Amino acid sequence: MALAMHVHPLDKHLRVKRLPTIFCSGCGIGVALSAMLRALDKRISEGSVNPNKVLWVSGIGCSGRAVLYLNYDVAHVLHGRAIPFAIGAVLANPELKAIVIGGDGDIAAIGGNHLIHAAKRNFDMVVVMITNFIYAMTGGQVAPTTPYGVYTTTTPAGNPEYPLNVIKLVGALNANYVARASVTTPHLIEQYFYKALAMRGFRFIEVVATCPEMFGRHIGLRDSVEMFGELKKRVVYRHRPSLEEAMMDWEKGIVIGEFVERNNPSFIELLRGVKK
Amino acid sequence: MRRTFATGNFAVAEGAMTAGLRFYAGYPITPSSEIFEYLAEELPKRGGVVVQMEDEIASINAIIGASWAGAKAMTATSGPGFSLMAEAISLAVVTETPVVIVNVMRAGPSTGAPTKTSQSDVFQARWASHGDYIVPVYAPWSVQEAYDLTIKAFNTAELLRTPVILLSDATIAHLWESLTIYDRGEVEVIERKIPKKVSDEPYPPHKPDEDLVPPMPIFGAGFKALVESLLHDEWGHYSPTNSVYHSLVKRLVDKVVKRLSYVYEQETRFCEDAEVLLVSYGSTARTVYLVIKELRKRGVRAGFLRLKTLWPLDEVRIRGCCPNAKKVIVVENNIGKIYMDMSRIFRNQDVFSASVLSLELPTPSEVLEAVEPWL
Repeated sequence: MALAMHVHPLDKHLRVKRLPTIFCSGCGIGVALSAMLRALDKRISEGSVNPNKVLWVSGIGCSGRAVLYLNYDVAHVLHGRAIPFAIGAVLANPELKAIVIGGDGDIAAIGGNHLIHAAKRNFDMVVVMITNFIYAMTGGQVAPTTPYGVYTTTTPAGNPEYPLNVIKLVGALNANYVARASVTTPHLIEQYFYKALAMRGFRFIEVVATCPEMFGRHIGLRDSVEMFGELKKRVVYRHRPSLEEAMMDWEKGIVIGEFVERNNPSFIELLRGVKK
Repeated sequence: MRRTFATGNFAVAEGAMTAGLRFYAGYPITPSSEIFEYLAEELPKRGGVVVQMEDEIASINAIIGASWAGAKAMTATSGPGFSLMAEAISLAVVTETPVVIVNVMRAGPSTGAPTKTSQSDVFQARWASHGDYIVPVYAPWSVQEAYDLTIKAFNTAELLRTPVILLSDATIAHLWESLTIYDRGEVEVIERKIPKKVSDEPYPPHKPDEDLVPPMPIFGAGFKALVESLLHDEWGHYSPTNSVYHSLVKRLVDKVVKRLSYVYEQETRFCEDAEVLLVSYGSTARTVYLVIKELRKRGVRAGFLRLKTLWPLDEVRIRGCCPNAKKVIVVENNIGKIYMDMSRIFRNQDVFSASVLSLELPTPSEVLEAVEPWL
């Protein structure tokens, strides 16, 4: 009997049979996921979230694999298409609380158009984008967030493009909540996700993550502890920063905080209230 | 039951609502848009949701999500949009999601002639996506049949937990004919199986019943569904092994083939004494039927085979439909595609392609001109 008992307080949220995860040592996804589960655990024990109505959706990539370990309704769908899949599910059953997890490639590159339109609609969902600056699962190709000049396997002469600042993009639209945290500040991931779960409309949280295996390898930070330390040095917390302050620069610094917080009616509320 | 006057596009929308449509997501495209516009007016009155997405990719992924949330779901498009939907068709296949995709064919390639008709996408309907799979494809030839086959498409989708393609075309879409609309209870409407109760213990959610179809653990009911796009075992766990690959792909195909007698429909006329068999489908079959009547007046013993299901084909029924025919002529408004199937199926007869490439419904004289060299 003793062997069957839960050994970790978050085990009840997990499909423990599937553990261990596929994540590399030093990967930030597990840190982000456990912070999110702590927040969800609190919401469930308060009674403000019904676990049977929670739906996790992800696309393809390392971050996309995170939902497969969760003991909830989960869907691991096509690359870039987690957001429209979740939109369909929530419109068909508005009781569902949809949480989309994806990497920056999945959410902001191949899925970028869906991200823009979901934010424009202030659609009822939480999107957590885990930014690791690289396409990691496919072997280290350039991502929309890769810093300028960095070697990747598809930019052997250095990345010729400046990175996309997704916080500024989403903040320019109708999202109710736009925040950025880092795996070096797991308490902020937990706090932001906890807040987002109780809000309405489109809620977007970017989690800046470590990837020593791929991004670290390219920039000379292959050691997990060293990479974590380097990210930590670059992260700057600001209290309620403006969108103009949302700097995301590997050289100059990464500003984290809550950039946008609104309480506008969500898409489903607007849909229900459309005047005939 | 009520009688009305409608186009093929309205008939598809009405058929979907009779079948229990609850969610429609779409993106405007000629010549399918009236389906969307009509549903945008009508479906919310009946408790359903209609939404315009940012593209066809979002539309099909949204209906797959909606179906997992328990709603009967549909989208409609035309060739260019259908091409964009291709990837998600195999997502619906592997996640065993009942959805109906209406493809109102127009002339291609590429942007082609949006307002003009064609039958050039019959193979695209079958094989648009990657991987090994079979999706049922239905092709109506009239406004009434656009309605009837839309209901059939939903029933097939729910029965087999599969995406189903309804392949209309610009002619049927904009053709006005009388239409009988049935009320619930006057026509068979099939609902998907869902698990009887929430299991206390972990269970393999992708384990099939005897009909090879697993009950669908829809979202929000406590089933802890695991929808997986990767190759997965009965638990939904990614498993790139040959044994899992064989059993999943074989089952996904076999569950459709096993119900071929339900999925496959055809219509034959004048086959008892026919020496030459004309095969056609969709709008072109309307002209072919006229031509056959004309040929018979001239003393040609012509028979008529009309395919209502374009995929999968019941080869035994097709081969046996016209026992005395020595020649088979396949008439279609494309470069000759279903001809390839017929030349394989009728292996003891001479099979000819009477291809009519026309932006309008082929006229009787065009069909006659294409058929006559082979008579």
